[in-house]
Amino acid sequence: MTTTTCGPSSTAATGSAPAVTGSAPAVTGSAPVAPPGTRERTQRRVRDGLGTSADRPDGTPKVTGAFAFSSDLHDQRMLWGRTLRSPHAHARIVSIDTSAAAAMPGVVAVLLAEDVPGKATFGLEHTDQPVLARDVVRYEGEAVAIVAAEHPETALRAIRAIEVTYEPLPLLTDPAEAATTDPIHPDGNVFRTLPLRHGDVDATGDVVVEGTYEVGMQDQAFLGPESALALPSDDGGVELFISTQWLHVDRDQVAACLALPADQVHLTLGGVGGAFGAREDVSLQVHVCLLALATGRPVKMLYSRAESFLGHVHRHPARMRYRHHARRDGTLVKVEAEILLDGGAYASSSTAVLANAVCFAAGPYRVEAARIDGQVVRTNNPPCGAMRGFGVVQVCFAHEAQMDRLAAALDMDPVELRLHNALKPGDAIITGQRLTGTAPVREVIEAAMAHPLPPDPREDEPAIALPGGAGLTARREDVRRGTGIAVSIKNLMYSEGFDDYSTARVRLETSPDGEPFATVHSACAEVGQGFVTLAQQITRTALGIERVVLHAADTGVGSAGSTSASRQTWMSGGAVQLACDTVHHGLLERARGVLGVPDEPLVLEPGRVVDPATGAEVAIAQLLRAGPLEATEEHHHAPTSTLDADGQGDAHVSFAFAAHRATVDVDPDLGLVRVLQIATGQDVGRALNPRAVIGQIEGGIAQGVGLAVMEEILVEDGLVRNPSFTDYLIPTALDMPSVAATLIEQPEPGAPFGAKGVGEPPTISSTPAVVAAIRDATGKALTRVPVRAQDIAFGEAGAIPPTAGSTSAG
Amino acid sequence: MTDHDATPDLTGPDLSESYALSINGRDREVADAWLGESLLYVLRERLGLPGSKNACEQGECGSCSVMMDGLLVNSCCVLAADAVDADVRTVEGLAPDGTLTDVQQAFLDAGAVQCGFCIPGLIVSVHDLLDRAPQPDELEVREAISGNLCRCTGYGRILQAVQDVAAARTAADAQEDRP
Ligand code: FES
Ligand code: FES
Repeated sequence: MTTTTCGPSSTAATGSAPAVTGSAPAVTGSAPVAPPGTRERTQRRVRDGLGTSADRPDGTPKVTGAFAFSSDLHDQRMLWGRTLRSPHAHARIVSIDTSAAAAMPGVVAVLLAEDVPGKATFGLEHTDQPVLARDVVRYEGEAVAIVAAEHPETALRAIRAIEVTYEPLPLLTDPAEAATTDPIHPDGNVFRTLPLRHGDVDATGDVVVEGTYEVGMQDQAFLGPESALALPSDDGGVELFISTQWLHVDRDQVAACLALPADQVHLTLGGVGGAFGAREDVSLQVHVCLLALATGRPVKMLYSRAESFLGHVHRHPARMRYRHHARRDGTLVKVEAEILLDGGAYASSSTAVLANAVCFAAGPYRVEAARIDGQVVRTNNPPCGAMRGFGVVQVCFAHEAQMDRLAAALDMDPVELRLHNALKPGDAIITGQRLTGTAPVREVIEAAMAHPLPPDPREDEPAIALPGGAGLTARREDVRRGTGIAVSIKNLMYSEGFDDYSTARVRLETSPDGEPFATVHSACAEVGQGFVTLAQQITRTALGIERVVLHAADTGVGSAGSTSASRQTWMSGGAVQLACDTVHHGLLERARGVLGVPDEPLVLEPGRVVDPATGAEVAIAQLLRAGPLEATEEHHHAPTSTLDADGQGDAHVSFAFAAHRATVDVDPDLGLVRVLQIATGQDVGRALNPRAVIGQIEGGIAQGVGLAVMEEILVEDGLVRNPSFTDYLIPTALDMPSVAATLIEQPEPGAPFGAKGVGEPPTISSTPAVVAAIRDATGKALTRVPVRAQDIAFGEAGAIPPTAGSTSAG
Repeated sequence: MTDHDATPDLTGPDLSESYALSINGRDREVADAWLGESLLYVLRERLGLPGSKNACEQGECGSCSVMMDGLLVNSCCVLAADAVDADVRTVEGLAPDGTLTDVQQAFLDAGAVQCGFCIPGLIVSVHDLLDRAPQPDELEVREAISGNLCRCTGYGRILQAVQDVAAARTAADAQEDRP
């Protein structure tokens, strides 16, 4: 196995695709992309290679119903697992009586904390969460006991038959009190405190604007509930089919808690019904394996929707105080912010979420100085962790509201103000890190603004098109329209020195019919984003063949890292490319032998290798008669550094930018909103599959719109009030605006194929754009998301800048 | 199978019911079942038809959509034993094996599929819509599928797929009508 770094420093060696400036229209206009190193040599293009909108290999089974999601798995002998969860947000467990449950016919096992054979706790970065609570429960929904039974209804009745006596403990639910309250966990109540000092922190501006902002708790609300099938294996280990984002990190946690060596815990990805961050932490993985080992039978676990809302981490709620200083001409002088994130009961990825919030607190702007103080704390609220946008969503809502306040104070067009301060390549962000890659901030803003606005309202429009929709309560004459803009910066890949490498194995051989085909083996979790398509496209282009088979994602190959942080195209795409390059090399070696040209530069074309000097050629199939070619490669991104005591350092690998312009109709008296259109420009590096990129953009915007106007987990005294799709609303087809997208293609140096991850940016600035548009329509301050009807109808007025783009910008 | 039932029942469900269902035109026997099982559960766990999905099992998401006597229903909210005399059609029964309906093909072509968990329900829903209203306008489509939640796509490619099918069917009808 070889290890290859493909970071900025190796760009020259691998070559980069020619720069494409300006913007390409959505979907059309993208030229096929060749991987570095093969671009010059591949003259004829293979079908469905890079840059095409190739079809998903899992598309057909997904439309026929044949695709096996983890919840579809079934074994004739299987039992059903179920979890007993704490009804209290903070309580001491006085006693647990399982005798009635265990005596029920059809109940095969009832397990408690003392039945966990290995490590009692798990966690992504800090293992502070009990597999099963022993003495204390720290949030509503914490797992206390698990059962396995012959029928799911039996399992449900069994957990209800377990008698737990709790003694309620004082609640810590206000994150502002966490640091000074008695610890609710032996590890203390503060997960991380992160100060950032940049430039002259005592500098002041001619104009100063302040604001306090709040972000509510959002849920990933993937459609496929948590589910898994665990089977005891003959060697005393366990086989787990699981929907997750990162097989290897699950494997390691399961192995530790079961006291098994890692090689006796084998994980295979079950079909994943969406993830968005919520499957990065362990939920039922350890429980279902424990039950399988305890009963010696296959066990299936499947969360109900209510349980799913309690059983995975959420987006951190945030409270933020901001002060922006600027000169009269709009130049940002200093950004000050205090950021408090509520991490809930257990650590999850809280420390990394905070780092993102702090590093990107000022947004995609050049700022001479910054003083940021971030803290993420433990409370008795539901645990929070990864969700699409990862810490940046929260601060983007605040810094974009601040930019509009500043524009109002300066009487300046908000688009002009943003363009004036937009980061450019070579500028530094507030961590002192210079942007060595592409940074088309101006371009994304201009692209978003260039889209035509939606048509004016028509008198004869059906009532369902009014704000409030089917409620039919708004009147056309009361409705006001508004537009708003917001811009974001997001880091790609993991940060602060973390080496989140990816592994891929590629094998090239001939099938019995004599046709060459490749098999790609990667542990990358396909969660819907389309990595499976991309892996095929890369392999087709790199090896000049059409048939590419995907090995099931499992722990039989090295880690691919997590499907998160917009990283898999770069990291696992890069790993597939490296493995293909090695195989490609082997093919050319064999061809030199066959053609008797030891030193000639040969060319790989679809299906064959050609000697351009003589025109002599040999079929790939013939070269494979000597046996298959196989390579396993690891792809590491360029190393990053940690943040120093002042929050300074080159902590991030790469950055992606997006701008969103929202148009809304609002009934200000009723507080009803209809989001009509989101226009966006997004920095994608290169669009490797334009149709899939558009899907990511539209889907990400839906989640951003959801946070703006409807999505919030309501927590009262630590108790979740709305754990259902009846009460936790996500956008339906009627709520979703039309999307007009422009992809800005400027290949990123050091990125495989020049492509940047595209999953997160659409979710980030779409939220503040919608809120800015509602402010524009209503004149209300709206400092909290989601915006509720009462915030519009009764909220205080705010400073409103001139309407976005009303002057010169577009 | 609700989460909020207060009194513990220590007996376990009575697994003794047997009945027959008509699924996709075939008679299927169900044996040793509990009367409380939903049609969705029986399809998925007893009859080997997991195409209908179980995103909420509370009638809120449409992922379990099936046709029952020609009506679109959430199969999670129908007791299987209540479907005894009904003609049930699931996503698996829309097209003969190895073929796709025009709606399924259009979903693929438009890029409407990401994780795919919502997709079987949407496909059933869209067939139902286009059977009732062959040329729906955009708002009609949005309204018709607003009971089918999708968390991945933002619906844009799905709406595109529906429009593509409607347009193709209209064009095909016009061809046929030509003298
Ligand atoms: S599973 Fe039936 S409506 Fe959601
Ligand atoms: S494609 Fe994932 S929920 Fe619709």
